[in-house]
Amino acid sequence: MNHPASFSSSRDASLSRRSFLKGLGVTAATAAANGAEALAADLAQADRERPFGPGETAVGFVLDGVRVQARVEPRETLLEVLRTRFGHTGAKEGCDRGTCGACTVLVGGTPVYACMMLAVAADGATIETIEGQAIGGRLTPVQQAFVEKDGLQCGFCTPGVVLSVTALLRKDPRPNEEAVRGACAGHVCRCGSHPRIVAAALEASGVKTASQMEVVSGGRHHV
Amino acid sequence: MSDWPSETRFLGKSTPRIDGPAKVTGAAKYPSDQQPAGMLYGAILRSKWPAARVRSIDLEPARRLPGVRAAIVVRDGERTVRYYGDELAAVAATTQRAALEAIAVIRVDAEPLPFVVDEVSAVRSDAPRVFSDEASNKGEPRTGGQGDVDVGFAEADVVVEGMFATQVEIHHPMETHGGTADFRGDELTVWHSTQGISSVRDGLSDALDLPQSKVRVLCSYMGGGFGAKFGAGVEGVLAARLSREAGAPVRLVLSRFDQSLAVGNRPSTFQKIRLGAKSDGTLKAFSIESYGCAGYAAGGPSAGGSTNSAFPAPYIYRVPNTRTSHREISINTGPAAAFRAPGHPAASFGMESIMDDLALRLGMDPMELRLRNDPSELRRREYAMAAERFGWKAKYAPPGSSSGPLKRGVGCAGATWGGGGRGTQAEMEVNPDGTLEIRCGTQDLGTGTHTLIAVIAAELLGLEPADIGVRLGDTRFPPSGGSGGSTTAASVSPAIYDVCEKAMEELKKASGLDYVRGASWKQACRKLGISPLVVRGQWREGLSSRGAGGVQMAEVEVDTETGFVRLVRIVCVQDCGTVVNKLTCESQINGGVIMGIGYALYENRVVDRATGVILNPNLETYKVPGFGDLPPIDIVLLDMPERGVIGIGEPVTIPTASAIANAVANAIGVRVTSLPITPDKVLAALGRIPGRKNPHEEWKSLFET
Repeated sequence: MNHPASFSSSRDASLSRRSFLKGLGVTAATAAANGAEALAADLAQADRERPFGPGETAVGFVLDGVRVQARVEPRETLLEVLRTRFGHTGAKEGCDRGTCGACTVLVGGTPVYACMMLAVAADGATIETIEGQAIGGRLTPVQQAFVEKDGLQCGFCTPGVVLSVTALLRKDPRPNEEAVRGACAGHVCRCGSHPRIVAAALEASGVKTASQMEVVSGGRHHV
Repeated sequence: MSDWPSETRFLGKSTPRIDGPAKVTGAAKYPSDQQPAGMLYGAILRSKWPAARVRSIDLEPARRLPGVRAAIVVRDGERTVRYYGDELAAVAATTQRAALEAIAVIRVDAEPLPFVVDEVSAVRSDAPRVFSDEASNKGEPRTGGQGDVDVGFAEADVVVEGMFATQVEIHHPMETHGGTADFRGDELTVWHSTQGISSVRDGLSDALDLPQSKVRVLCSYMGGGFGAKFGAGVEGVLAARLSREAGAPVRLVLSRFDQSLAVGNRPSTFQKIRLGAKSDGTLKAFSIESYGCAGYAAGGPSAGGSTNSAFPAPYIYRVPNTRTSHREISINTGPAAAFRAPGHPAASFGMESIMDDLALRLGMDPMELRLRNDPSELRRREYAMAAERFGWKAKYAPPGSSSGPLKRGVGCAGATWGGGGRGTQAEMEVNPDGTLEIRCGTQDLGTGTHTLIAVIAAELLGLEPADIGVRLGDTRFPPSGGSGGSTTAASVSPAIYDVCEKAMEELKKASGLDYVRGASWKQACRKLGISPLVVRGQWREGLSSRGAGGVQMAEVEVDTETGFVRLVRIVCVQDCGTVVNKLTCESQINGGVIMGIGYALYENRVVDRATGVILNPNLETYKVPGFGDLPPIDIVLLDMPERGVIGIGEPVTIPTASAIANAVANAIGVRVTSLPITPDKVLAALGRIPGRKNPHEEWKSLFET
């Protein structure tokens, strides 16, 4: 079990394959002897896997560049563990069911709803949170653009949105507005900062954006 | 009238939020982020019955579970619960999961009672009573009016009638209700996600019988409120009680599910309106019979939107003869709470809809009808500006005139809001090294109050916004009021002006210098010696006022085959007196318009009539506007410095749904008479859903009894 992606894909497949092969009396050793190397590797991997729980189990991952370890219950989400064990409260719980995006963190560079991932599934992964973005207090260009363009109001959804935009700009440094909206589509912002969030993301990619608001003199007021 | 400087460096310009860096780095700690040492997790057991007689609650099974440190009932003795989600008991445990497991094993002995959860059924004579001692679920009518409405209608050349309905909207701030309570010795400290730290303090003091001086409420940041977070709430009281019982801090933050049931909503309305006018469009007579439903808690302050005072009709228009009658309906659902511009969006929807129906009958451009009957000179100017920006004259065509399955339409609507404010005090501490901190017992909901204070102080003291330390959200600071009704800016700004002026006076005295602003500030401060200067200021007349208005125009494209409404563009023209900070002002206007879009097209709490259960208690089935739903929003803001500071939060959300509804009616040539305007309602209005009954058939019975 390394990366979460390989965790979810290989685990189910290898378990069923192992039970099938075990039924035929095949082992990793006999498979290797017969030259079925891929099959042998699968079986060896499957043999190393173990069920978790119900007690705590050790997980380790790289959190904002630092190797960390924790003992977690298998049922604990990555979000809970980040917030309660590591004090990374920038990832917020807005719905706890993968709808609002406030808990978004980057796992292996990909935006993930931390409320929908078990902490044990993050074993071995590289995780980035909002706390790890500004190095030495220096805001990233994305963070800077959110401040300058006012891509936030209450700020509760902000850490997640900043991370989704960060991931987008790494893959696509010059996204159009459509791509920005797509990257942010998994985030709910109840304050209604959407237009300023889009402006911030475009600004961070080097596109100059204008305010949509024109202030004009109202003249003297007569009721 | 206003004393604000006319030549400015920061006032009326764009200043990025001074708390922006904290919010984009995760450094900003919200009440739900607080984790004091030894903290326990609280959870609430809620009623699964929409109505029941609760005889007893046995907490022992919960207390026996590992990790459980406290378990309490909300109220001792037998009681009646009146909605699905009503709070019964609460526990505190060492982990969130232990707390959830514990509430699951609490035994409740209860007898389910008959219930009713839809407004129309609730007024039938055989309906179960929400309150058994009431003769009916229907309140007495509150009536009002002026002139002689019968004469007015007799004089009218044209009379139109209509029935309109608005839905229950849920606030759904991103940070759910609650916080963390720490009861130590005889003192209570709470971090509470709130719009009113002082009202939370007073509520907790009452509920726990503690002196107000022994309760401290903290809220530096909070994740949105929109009217639903003024008090301690049941969850706030339970957290404090659990903390007292467990002898440890307790975090009790609601789930999104809880949020949908029990902590407030915008009441539904049903409106039957008649409007009469002369053939030139001059309004002569208006009558309305309306119902508002604030769940089980109809009546009282939570009924916002259903009471006479909070239901402004005939909204903004001048009609010489009016008759109004408003009643409340009780049903077995959770209570209402103030919601951004209480009463106004619903009242606006009914009135602006019938105005367009009238314009159609008169063969008039709907904007012209408004210009003829809107008494506000300012709003009439705003209509002219909006029309030019939007291209109204070129775009407006009689309803249903675009060909093909995709139909374009335009609509407009106006709004008003009082706002205003007073009563705030603020304190400034100036250090000998020139650094300073302003403290004020208000709170920043995300509207940018920290920055508003920094902008004003920087302007007056001749410093930079970054030089101004701002601390809010602590009941130990000088008092302010709740942040609601667009009152914060108008309450706080004058107090900041005053404290700055006083600080400069005191600094002049202490330093012996006669000019202490800007470049002289540090030099003057050095003369303070070793003692910081502490001054207090307070709200005063002449720097803020009330009464903001605005108009909005919407263009939509309706797919008559799917019923889908696509927003093409929204233009918003708005005034708010002195503009303090353009940047945060623009954000608030966007926010109001976007919330109005949700009210127009998506948001609706759905209750199952058979079980009384809320069917969409989450954000995937309760739809709020998202990134894919939003059109360009063009804003024109009138800067009127002579009026002083006026709040902007409320007025901008009011006319959006009305303008969109009128645009949809203009596009398809037939009106959808209830919000939200979902595809099925559009198709039904077009007669494309065979067998679908006109909802008016059902609503009608409300007005026949």
